Amino acid sequence: MNEISLIISRLSDSFLLNCKIFVITLLFSLPLGLVITFGSMSRFYPLRWLVRTFVWIIRGTPLMLQLIVIYFGPGLLNLSFSWPGGSSGRFIAANVAFIINYACYFSEIYRGGIESVPAGQYEAGLVLGMTKKQIFFKITLLQVIKRILPPVGNEVITLVKDTALARIIANKEIIMMAGEYSNKGLIWPLFATGIYFLIFVGVLTIIIDWFEKRLSYFRV
Amino acid sequence: MAILEVQGIEKSFGTCKVLQNIDFSLEKGEVIAIIGSSGSGKTTLLRCLNFLERPDQGRIIVNNEVIFDAADPSTQRESEVRKKRLHFGLVFQSFNLFPQYTVLKNVTLAAELLAKEHPNFKQKKKDILKDIQERGKSLLYQVGLSDKLDYYPHMISGGQQQRVAIARALALEPDILCFDEPTSALDPELTGEVLKVIRNLADRNTTMIIVTHEMDFARDVADRVLFMDDGVIVEQGSPQEVFENPKEERTKQFLMRYKKD
Repeated sequence: MNEISLIISRLSDSFLLNCKIFVITLLFSLPLGLVITFGSMSRFYPLRWLVRTFVWIIRGTPLMLQLIVIYFGPGLLNLSFSWPGGSSGRFIAANVAFIINYACYFSEIYRGGIESVPAGQYEAGLVLGMTKKQIFFKITLLQVIKRILPPVGNEVITLVKDTALARIIANKEIIMMAGEYSNKGLIWPLFATGIYFLIFVGVLTIIIDWFEKRLSYFRV
Repeated sequence: MAILEVQGIEKSFGTCKVLQNIDFSLEKGEVIAIIGSSGSGKTTLLRCLNFLERPDQGRIIVNNEVIFDAADPSTQRESEVRKKRLHFGLVFQSFNLFPQYTVLKNVTLAAELLAKEHPNFKQKKKDILKDIQERGKSLLYQVGLSDKLDYYPHMISGGQQQRVAIARALALEPDILCFDEPTSALDPELTGEVLKVIRNLADRNTTMIIVTHEMDFARDVADRVLFMDDGVIVEQGSPQEVFENPKEERTKQFLMRYKKD
């Protein structure tokens, strides 16, 4: 009995790491994605080409590989930059990899959302004497948000589960913790990790639904 | 004195000449109907007047002021184009109402944003906004939608949406109101209510340019009819002249096709 509660408390502690990566990644990748969107829609073609190539590389390679490259790359390439030692270095590197990866996915979702607003909306604003800025903030922005909410929600939910990949560079998140028990022949902690993810995603689903309902008063 | 003079407008998209040597003028209170088959350049002409396209050649003069001259870049500055656009209102074929705003807000939004640029807006904020609201309501009354002020665009019919769009265009009191096939996206049973609103505007001496495929309506409401084909104005004159006594072979053929249908 004592052992069970000990295992649960250790699983819970390690799940906190998953939560931290989740929050930090969202906080930075959501805005960074918008910057990448502007780059990939730039009328300055060299920049557009560069940004789209970058997005292709990030979306075209496994996140697991990106974690490894970002963590071990600086050392292997003898760069003057290196990650801090110990668990904090591994944690920061994991976050950086997640932020870059998710920002690229978000940027494509944003681009699709912006391009899906009919040109007529923009033109209607123009003939009514609005500035480009007014058209963006007063007319297109909310329509874009409404359109991208479902795909962004999808990515956010995927991110929850992707945080488990941080164990590849030895971040002791919940699956890694459970793995230590299964290696010793105790399998139920590994199964139990699923419950953590399910509850987390359940809460997120409720939040995403709430946002979608808030914007259901109009149609695009 | 003409309120609008269009002189020698030309426009190409790539190698395709869409408008050639377009000349016409419009008197205050006059209604011009532009007819012609699809691809004849009617819509492009309206878009040029509203600065949504930039003509390659020609001049546009409103109230004796040259608001566009292809040969004079100083008339094309982005900052001034915005104000110059306000000489014209444009009602789109596809309405283009703003879906996230109520019917009333659709009508008042642009006026509110413009009012904010006024130097003494802050002192009189309440009065100004109240005036805009009242004006929006009276315009919606005029198009018969007083009972839909708080509806969102998706909750009303296409004909009602187009009437909101007309009220929205009127809210900024343009000198010239342009219609780009205002009933083409509507079911036949909904076109009548929109045409009725436009007819009312004509009765109130609103200066209008109407691109339309509704021949009976054009004949009925217009003071003058322009027939366009292949980017040129082939023929223009009173509705009687153009519809009953077309001089040009192309006009005859076009009108024959409509009679057959």
